[in-house]
Amino acid sequence: MFVYNLRLALLSMRRNPVLTLLMVSAIAIGIGMSTTCLAIFHVMSGNPIAYKNDQLYAVQLDNWDPAEAYTGPHDMPTQVTYLDATALMKAAKAPHQNVAFVSGLTLQSDNPAIKPYLIVARVTYNDFFPMFDTPFEYGGPWGNDADQGAQQVTVLSEETNEKLFGGANSVGKEVTLDNRRFRVVGVLKKWNPTPKFYDLENGALDDGEDLYIPFSLTQPMELHSFGNNSCWKDTSDHTFQGYLNSECVWLQFWAELPTAAARDDYQQFLNDYVKEQKKAGRFPRPAKTYLSNVDEWLKTNKVVPDEVRVLVALSFMFLAVCMLNTIGLILAKFLRRSGEIGLRRALGASRMALFRQYLVETGVIGLGGGLLGIGVGWIGLFGLRHMLSSDAGRAAHLDWTMVGVGLLLAVVASMLAGIYPAWRVVRIPPALYLKIQ
Amino acid sequence: MEIRPILSALLRNKTGAILIALQIALTLAIICNSVFIIHDRMVKMARPTGMDADNLFVVDMTAYSPTFNAESAIHDHLDLLRGIPGVVDVSPSQAIPLSGGGWSDGLYNNPEQKGANTGAGVFHMDEHGLNTLGAKVSEGRNFTHDDVQYQNQDTYIHPSIAIVTRALGEKMFPGQDPMGKVFYENDPKPVTIIGVVDTLEGYWPSWEGFERQIIFPTVFTRPNNRYMVRTLPGQRDAVMKVAEQKLGDSHDGDFVRHVRALTWYRDRNNESDHALLVMLTVMSGLILAITALGIVGLASFSVSQRTKQIGTRRALGARRRDIVNYFMTENWLITSIGVTLGSIFAVALNYWLVSLFKVPPISWYYIPVGVLCLWALGLLAVLGPALKAAAIPPAIATRSV
Repeated sequence: MFVYNLRLALLSMRRNPVLTLLMVSAIAIGIGMSTTCLAIFHVMSGNPIAYKNDQLYAVQLDNWDPAEAYTGPHDMPTQVTYLDATALMKAAKAPHQNVAFVSGLTLQSDNPAIKPYLIVARVTYNDFFPMFDTPFEYGGPWGNDADQGAQQVTVLSEETNEKLFGGANSVGKEVTLDNRRFRVVGVLKKWNPTPKFYDLENGALDDGEDLYIPFSLTQPMELHSFGNNSCWKDTSDHTFQGYLNSECVWLQFWAELPTAAARDDYQQFLNDYVKEQKKAGRFPRPAKTYLSNVDEWLKTNKVVPDEVRVLVALSFMFLAVCMLNTIGLILAKFLRRSGEIGLRRALGASRMALFRQYLVETGVIGLGGGLLGIGVGWIGLFGLRHMLSSDAGRAAHLDWTMVGVGLLLAVVASMLAGIYPAWRVVRIPPALYLKIQ
Repeated sequence: MEIRPILSALLRNKTGAILIALQIALTLAIICNSVFIIHDRMVKMARPTGMDADNLFVVDMTAYSPTFNAESAIHDHLDLLRGIPGVVDVSPSQAIPLSGGGWSDGLYNNPEQKGANTGAGVFHMDEHGLNTLGAKVSEGRNFTHDDVQYQNQDTYIHPSIAIVTRALGEKMFPGQDPMGKVFYENDPKPVTIIGVVDTLEGYWPSWEGFERQIIFPTVFTRPNNRYMVRTLPGQRDAVMKVAEQKLGDSHDGDFVRHVRALTWYRDRNNESDHALLVMLTVMSGLILAITALGIVGLASFSVSQRTKQIGTRRALGARRRDIVNYFMTENWLITSIGVTLGSIFAVALNYWLVSLFKVPPISWYYIPVGVLCLWALGLLAVLGPALKAAAIPPAIATRSV
């Protein structure tokens, strides 16, 4: 029966090719436009570490200006001070925690063919790797001794290892960073979580870092943050040490808290810590601390720009116009065939059989429009990638989920668009149309 | 033209008309608000920058040698760059204007730093800074060579004199002449305003304080040094190549990281806005086309449905013009219902956008202009089918279909 309906549908579509083309292309353009916008939304609203969502928490402390709150999520700074970061690391109240920032360093390779160049390093603790589940190709994170003793060791990204060592196992090899010798202890596999949930300060779609070095090197190497530094109070003395002791926020702090109880304990610990600091004259604002899981963190940091939401909304209105258009055309087409319907009804075809036949026809149109629409969406995203730099262009990609969503949307929408015309047309009393004939 | 018979005919066959009216309503809402967003962003992008953006480029250098001496390297590089034919002026610069990244400070009117502060972008350049950007002081004086301090960024202490933009002066000292006035950063050391620049845009185009700038006569001695270079019109790209090559050959213990046009940074920072504008323009164009095709399709259908009636009317003495008028009026009625509904949709959608983007609401005239456009679109779209209807010979009434 289905095959028969399908044959009828194709026959009917062929009978009126211009109208069919108009309907298919209206659906295709509508689906293409909404798939393009939805694909961007899909990438940007993703959570690359959803499976650890309720274990990883971004830590916020409010050490800001008593006269004016920080403009950020929960009116609190999104980063912490060096003072607080080192105190929280030392307390080690969470099973795992890490603090990190990005810094620029000059890399000199022992291979003279590679000219010195500037790399972006993530300066952090070894817990960074297991907490964020970074995949290793060779070796592994550095040991606790490197974190405590400011050892000159590094973990390379896949790209850096490719560039310096041609992708070979480089564990044990050395590179020069800012005129110091560093030993490679590990090499990551390709790792580019999108959005870059662990550091939203420097562009949520930015590339990952070139390599990783221990946080304990910050002080001896006087490493500056390449990222966002925010200060509200002048440093007491104008030296690097003065900056470390200042109220400037420039470090991202994450805690891994496996259970709700651990989370509550940690919150309590933070509150006590702030209370203690208040006694010492810091934290002039009302005491406030906040733990955000990854989803919350991505949301409150507005990783999905409002513009993308607006585009998605407009593209769905656009799709609605395309669908209204299609309903009108399908209705016109079906009504034109009233005579045929009347005849078939008079010859004994049931309403249900006819209804099914017309739904199959609109379903075929929808599927055609959907397939074409995926193509239109692909062209749209291709055009966007062309307009955007490689980092931002990362959002303009079509994955299989989106292809599925686009097709489903097309078929469901066109079936919905077909229901009313099909229902209208099968309710025609057969006698009326036979009479006109 | 009698409207009543058209209306009663419409009411007997509502569905097609409702579909078209809804399409027109949504189209009006989308078009008005797309144009609203496009206009808002275009105005923001077209603001005068106060600098010769098209003829500026940026050089970034990074030290690798353990014996690197930043101050002497900076002098060498400045001399080298100034010696290239086609270069108008050069200055070290801490950050890149229009790029979406830079330095900002909160400024206070009182030494105790009480109350709310005024945010401003901070430029650190030497006495050639303003001329390099292509800006001039309109009041007061520019920095002199003796004003300029070379400082290590770690031990940086802000200078006691500054040049500010007029927008910053107006915000801090409303209604007064900012010349000679004093402001404070996060310490009790006063900063005296010695010059005022009318317009100079800062680092973050989407920031409300984009027009408020301070220029300090400071050059940072760092491992990463940056220069801004202005060239004679049309010579930028050629000078960039020469500069990259010459700096690469200078042996100061640092290397050229990149040499890029200022417009590269500006365009990169504006790219998502630009992409948004293109998307909205394409969407608006397509929706007009689809709505027009929908009107053509349904009007053609209704003409073919009514072939017999049209023939009868013609046989009874209706002129061709009457038939055309009939379909035009019918379409005008449908469009009018659509745009009435659409105006409500447009305002509702705009209400959401305004709350999201914190921009002033849509100007009232957008909607009447949109309504006029859709009326015109509807009439144009229906013209073809209506003329076809008018061409139906009266004799058709006598035949059976």
